Formats: sequence, structure tokens, C-alpha cells
Amino acid sequence: MRTYTPYVPWLLVGPALLWVIVFALWPFLNTIILSFTDTRPLTGGVFIGLDNYAALLHDGRFWNAIVTSLVYAVACVPLLTFLPLLLALLVEKQIPGISAFRTTFYFPVIASVVVVGLIWTWLFDSRGVINESLEFIGLIDQPIPFLASRWGIMATAVLLTVWKGLGYYMVVYLAALGNVGRELHEAAAMDGASAARRFASVTVPGVRGAMFLVSALITVSAIRVFTELYVLTNGTGGPGGDAMSIVMLVQQVGGGLQGRLGYSSAISVVLFLLTIGPLLLVAYLNRQGGDAPSGKAAR
Amino acid sequence: MTATAPAAESRPQREQTAPRRAPLRRTDRPWRTRGSGGFGKPTLAGLIVRYALLVAVLLLAVGPFLWQMSTSFKGPMDDIYSFPPALIPADATLGNYTKVAATIPILSYAWHSLLVAGTLAIANVVLATAAGYALGALRFRGKRIAMGILLSTLLLPGEVTIMSQFLTIRTLGLADTLAGVMLPGLVGAINVLLMTAACRSIPQELLEAATIDGASTWQVLRHIVWPSVRGMASVVAIFAFIGGWDDFLWPLIVLSDPAKYTLTVGMEYLNSNFGADPRVVAAGTMIALVPIIIFFAVFQKFFFRGVGEGAVKG
Repeated sequence: MRTYTPYVPWLLVGPALLWVIVFALWPFLNTIILSFTDTRPLTGGVFIGLDNYAALLHDGRFWNAIVTSLVYAVACVPLLTFLPLLLALLVEKQIPGISAFRTTFYFPVIASVVVVGLIWTWLFDSRGVINESLEFIGLIDQPIPFLASRWGIMATAVLLTVWKGLGYYMVVYLAALGNVGRELHEAAAMDGASAARRFASVTVPGVRGAMFLVSALITVSAIRVFTELYVLTNGTGGPGGDAMSIVMLVQQVGGGLQGRLGYSSAISVVLFLLTIGPLLLVAYLNRQGGDAPSGKAAR
Repeated sequence: MTATAPAAESRPQREQTAPRRAPLRRTDRPWRTRGSGGFGKPTLAGLIVRYALLVAVLLLAVGPFLWQMSTSFKGPMDDIYSFPPALIPADATLGNYTKVAATIPILSYAWHSLLVAGTLAIANVVLATAAGYALGALRFRGKRIAMGILLSTLLLPGEVTIMSQFLTIRTLGLADTLAGVMLPGLVGAINVLLMTAACRSIPQELLEAATIDGASTWQVLRHIVWPSVRGMASVVAIFAFIGGWDDFLWPLIVLSDPAKYTLTVGMEYLNSNFGADPRVVAAGTMIALVPIIIFFAVFQKFFFRGVGEGAVKG
């Protein structure tokens, strides 16, 4: 039975649809179009075919950025797939005070990456508290210049991402753990299965879908890394710009009045191709398991 | 905290009377005792280990924030490089906060961030609820196409389109304005889909009965839809607010005049342009951090409840 006037639904969906088309679909199409031109902000541009893509192949900075973003993903995925699961198991039981712990574990998630990045810059300073502590307990003789080399910067940034992401994926796992039958756990416990055994044979199979989902989400957000590396290097990308990620390169090449928008669009298209696989996996898993909140990270 | 305190105080008393009632099996303890059954409960030793681990993670989670806060209160007489590190400043001062305010217009940055975050939260709730109601509870021609368009944008990370998005904003004459920072985020596809899922669970008969009784679309939305999707709406609002407050890349691209910066861009500006004292930067980061932590602490109940609802629904 339909009792509303036919245009009412379109009136309600209209604004959202318009927004998505103007601010997501059109810019995407435009990015693809621009990537075949030599557009600059003030002068416009002409069609140049595949020249931008051909130039990418010989651009050392581009390959550097690809390596940076992919290594970032390879480092983040295992850490952020397993540690939050352990954390979720730790906070899963309803014991007194647990909700206060859960809330506090979520604080790093809601802080801005810029804020955390500036805290990290200070903690990992050559005279910061981390170096001072390591020196004090005799592990090192001289401060480690964490933020002075490509891999040092990346390790620090990965640590930041992991620390900041723990609480978020903990919540995703908590939702998944709620669906793992308590009876199964209790039955296994009565049969004398140890905690480690129950983790391997009951918990992990029960949250396997969530683990795939989480690792796909982390892959995407790690490939998109920007703010962590930007803040830790003050926007320079480290010595020689070695620790510059794909998105940092897009922003640096395309930004400003002299920005090479065509070239940066070509890099954006490559970024899209790198993320589409894991994003399709996320879409597929969400359709299967359907945990609404987990799709959040995909923005 | 206040709720658990009285229970903790009364426990010793009950402990003393326990032997007299020994034959009774105690099931009110949060841990397992011999013969009490309940394999779902941990043993007492297990519980102690659990709390020890929880406290360890707690220190890890808030330690960096506390250290930054402590640095922000340290005066010029405090050696911030000394070891062992002192958490309590010896020469405590608010001077770093006045110094930040003298270096950058931090209060107007905070106002800009609040304006952006608040607008995004309200706009997303209103627009996503309207669209979610249509997609989740109404039947109309073209609905599948509308859903398809929304779902397809989930495959587009914002970073991919960010440069041509800026071109759009510039064409609209909104480059270097706060309106330009807000505009693209006023409604997110993911929020529409969340509200659609929430609206789908409203009983169809309820909506139809109201319509037959002569309720207008607005009245249905206000009195039937809204009360049942408020939980999800608060999740949308909280995520949109935090997202707007914390965002860095987009305002960095849109804004070029330092007078118009939001807090995140302003913080980076402070750090990279003024060779600032770590104490002063720390004070600045506290101004960006504390409001959002308070915001979350106030609304976390709705947040966790809403996230749970969303997960059950699927």
C-alpha cells in the first residue's frame, strides 16, 4: 500500500544523492579525465593521452611513495589484525569497571592524528623520553635519531597508527565476539580445553570473518596514509622526501597555484587501483556478515 | 565509578557473614569459586591477572596524553629533558597557554573547528535520516539506482578525489573559506546507509497506520521514525563531529590564509613555523585534545550502545 505522494521519497533522498554525485562521483570522473591532460590551476590544459602515466614509470619519487605506502600496509596489517582481537578478549567479560576501561581505550581513536603526531614527535625526539629511558636502562649509548631516517620515520609512524587504531578495531571485534556462542566456550572449558586452545579452536574460527574485514580495512587505510607521515616530518616527507606516501605526493604535486593537476590525478588513479581490491572485499564481507559500524573506516 | 563504590564498601561485611551461609552456593561474585559452577566466570587469580593487564593497557593508552599534559604545565625552570622524567611539574605554570594564544589565534581556530564539526554533525543527522527513511521504509521507483549510487561511493577513498574536489570548491568560489571545508562533508554515503539500516527495522504496519490516520511525512518522521532511529543517529552525529574536528588533509588543502585555519592545521602551523618550545606546542595540543575527549566521555554511552545496535541489525 502506498499512501504518500510519489515525489516525497525523491525529495527525501534528493539532497544526499546530489551531494554524493557532486562531491564524490563527479570528482572521481574528473580525476580520470584530468589524468589524461596537463592541467594547471590557472591556465587549464590539453589532452596529452597517456603521457602522465608514462612519466610515472620513470619517476623515482612515485615509486618511492608506492613502496612507502605498501610497506606501511604490510607492517600495519598483522599488528592491527591480532592485537585488537586480544584487547577485545580482555575487555569482553562484564566485570566491574569494564566500561570505564573500554571508554578509555577508545581515547586514542578520537584524538586527531595531528595531536598524536605532535606528541609522538616529542616522545621520539632525540632528547625525548623514549631515548632518555633507553639510555637510562643501558640499552643504547647514544640517542636513536628516530625521525631522521626514512625507516625510522616509518617505524615511528606505524607505531602511532597501531597505538591509535587498537581501540577502534577492538570495538569491531567486540561486536563480532558477541556472535560467538558462549555455550561453545563453556562446553570447551568443561571438556578441559586450555585458554590458548579455546582461543585457537573456538574464538578465532568464530571471528574469522571479522579478521578478514579488519585486515582489508587496515590495508586500505594504510595505503591512504597521510597525516602521520606529514606531521612527523613537518610536511617534508623526511630526508630527501624518502618517507613520502602516495597521498602526500598527490598533495605536494597537485597543490598550490603551480600544481600539476594532471600529473597528480594520474597518481590518484593509481591510488584508486591499489585500494579497490581490498574495498571490494570489505563490501563483500559487509554484505555477508553485515556489521554496520565496521564500514566506517572506509569513509 | 560512583555506582561501584558502595558495592565495594559493603563487600567486607558480606564476607564476614559468609561462613554462616556456607552451604549456599555464591553466584554473586564476579569470579569462579570451587563448586560454584559457571565456567563463564574467571577464577579469582584469573580476575586479578585480567585487571593487571587492563591497567597496563590503560597506562599505555593514556600515558602519552598525560605526558603531553604534564609538559604543557612545565615552567621555564623545569628541565623537560631530565631523566627520570617528572610527571608533576616542579615549576607549574599556565604561561605556555598564554604563549600559544600570543603566537597563533588559537581561540578562533578552536571556534572554526567547533563550527565545522557541529555543522557536519547536524547536517549529517538531518540529511541521512531523511534519505535513510526513504530508502529503508518507503517504496518508490528508482530506489535500486539510488542505493547503487550510494554504495558505489564506498569504493572511493576521499583521498583519490581530493584534488578535483578542491577544483569543484574553487569553481564554487569557496576556496579558502570554512564553508568550503564543510560543504563536501554535509552528508556522507556511509551515514545514509547506516540510517537506512536503522529505518528498515521500523515495523511497516506502524508507518502505514500513522499515514492512514492522516499524519504528514514530517509528522511520521518526527514522531515515529525519529524515536526509533535516535540511537543510530547519535552514532552518526558523534562520528561526524569527531571526523570534522580531527580532519587535517581537507582543511589543509582548502585553507590558505592562516587566520582561517582550524585547530589541526593551526597546530601543524604552530609546530613548523615558530620553532616552538615543546612546552608551548604541548599546550596547543591540549587545547585541541581536551574538548574532543570531554565530548566523547559525555556521549560515549550513546556511542557504544549505538555501535552495538548497528552490529546486531546487519
